[in-house]
This record gives sequence, structure tokens and C-alpha cells, in this order.
Amino acid sequence: MEINEIVSLVLGKIVVGEAHKFDKIDRVFASDLMSDVLTVINDKSLMLITGLANLQTIRTCEMSDIKVILFARGKVASEEMLELAKENDMVLIESKYSMYRISGILYQAGLQPVY
Amino acid sequence: MDFEYKIEGDDFTNAGAASSAVKKMLNQVGVRPDIIKRTVVALYEAEVNIVVHAYRGTIKIDIDEEKIHIRLEDEGPGIPDIDRAMQKGYSTATPRVREMGFGAGMGLPNMKSNADSLVVTSEVGKGTTVEITNYFN
Ligand SMILES: Nc1ncnc2c1ncn2[C@@H]1O[C@H](COP(=O)(O)OP(=O)(O)O)[C@@H](O)[C@H]1O
Ligand SMILES: [Mg+2]
Repeated sequence: MEINEIVSLVLGKIVVGEAHKFDKIDRVFASDLMSDVLTVINDKSLMLITGLANLQTIRTCEMSDIKVILFARGKVASEEMLELAKENDMVLIESKYSMYRISGILYQAGLQPVY
Repeated sequence: MDFEYKIEGDDFTNAGAASSAVKKMLNQVGVRPDIIKRTVVALYEAEVNIVVHAYRGTIKIDIDEEKIHIRLEDEGPGIPDIDRAMQKGYSTATPRVREMGFGAGMGLPNMKSNADSLVVTSEVGKGTTVEITNYFN
């Protein structure tokens, strides 16, 4: 599924990486636990849904080769997070919906889980 | 090639900066992506451990034709029972650490599963040394 389709399904907005809006996502993982994210086996078209918005979220995705992060429940990326995400050519999306709601919508729309 | 990074305890802003630099370097030398990922995941967990559990530390990186060897040495409280610390779920982390997305007691197990060789030694009241070796083939 294209990133911009995801964005419209969750009434979100892209805050970094607009240029990648036609890139495709095939799998999704949702977690607030970064140690857990670091165990995910990823083929690089994976998106993370998380309620944890801090610099370690970006660092963790950098190490895990995850290029797209969707922040749930109105979590906002700080200036430092935006900078680091830009440096790593990532896409950051913000949505007001809860993790449960986002997961439900995207699952129903056909996006597959990693596990 | 040899490199060294200094890590400060409680410096949550820079936690991961050394791992990030190592990742860029391994990309430049053309190491296989899956091996880069294993290496930086193990290194990042170890780097975060210095930031959250120790006072300060150094990371020494040594890359040759066939492998990367990483030595993380810290000054800190040390680990009284390493076998126990290696168990999934064992953690003495504070709520602040959990707010960062760590502190579930998965760091050392993650290091173990992403390293070809992991050696942890520690002296209580002095500090901890973690050595990670990964081969390129
Ligand atoms: N560098 C270190 N210095 C002191 N204690 C450490 C260090 N690394 C790990 N530990 C101890 O081992 C425990 C388990 O570490 P880890 O598996 O990374 O889980 P976590 O960091 O989530 O607690 C920590 O909670 C801590 O008690
Ligand atoms: Mg840890």
C-alpha cells in the first residue's frame, strides 16, 4: 500500500519525507518497546506504528532499517527528531487515532503484520 | 581500521550516535546489509546500556578484512550476576529508561542473538566490559 493511502486512512499528516509518499509499505509492526522493534526481521518496506515519540524511536528505526514511522494518538515529533529523521531519509507520519484504531483500519485495508 | 567513541551516562540525546556512526562506516566499506544490521542492533543495545546503567564509557571499534570487533568498557556499578542479567526479562531499569523504550530486560538477549561472539565481564563497583565480534562471511 502506498504511504499516502495509509496517511489518508488514518487522517494523518506526513511531517518529514513527503517525497516518499508514493513508496510502498507491505508489512507493519506496532510497539512502544524499542528492544522489541530491534528484534524485527525486516525487508525494508516495513512501517512502525508507535506511541513512543523520542529520539530513541528514530535511532531504533535507523538501526533496524525501518524507514517509515507512524506516531499514534497525537504524539508529535520534536525538532531534533525531525532533523535526525531527515538525515536518515525517513518518513514520519502523525495521526490522532490510537494505536488500536490505526492497527484495525490498516489491517482491514489489507496491510499484513510481520508476525 | 580503529575508532573510538566516548559515551556519557544519562546522555539520552546522544545515545545511539556511536552506533549510527558505525553503521555509516560499515555501509561505506560495503559490508552485507544483514550483517550490518546484526552488528548495529547489538552495538546499539550495548551503547544504551552504558547510557542508562553506567556513568561513562568508551567504545573501541576494530575492523579488519574478516570481522568487526567492538569493545565497550564502562565505569559503573557493574553486574553482580551476569548469568541472571542475560535472562530475558531481567532488568533493574528505572521508569525513565522505560519511557525511552528500553528496560524490558531484552538488551543482553538481543546482543547475544545478533553477535557471533558476545563476552560480558564485570566487576561490581567498577564497571562492565562487553565484547562483540561479528564476521563478514
Ligand atoms: N553496562 C552495564 N552496567 C551495569 N549494569 C548493566 C549493564 N548492562 C546491563 N546491566 C544490568 O543487566 C540488566 C539487563 O540488561 P538488559 O538485558 O540490557 O536489559 P535492560 O537494559 O532493559 O534492563 C540491566 O537491567 C542491568 O541491571
Ligand atoms: Mg539494556
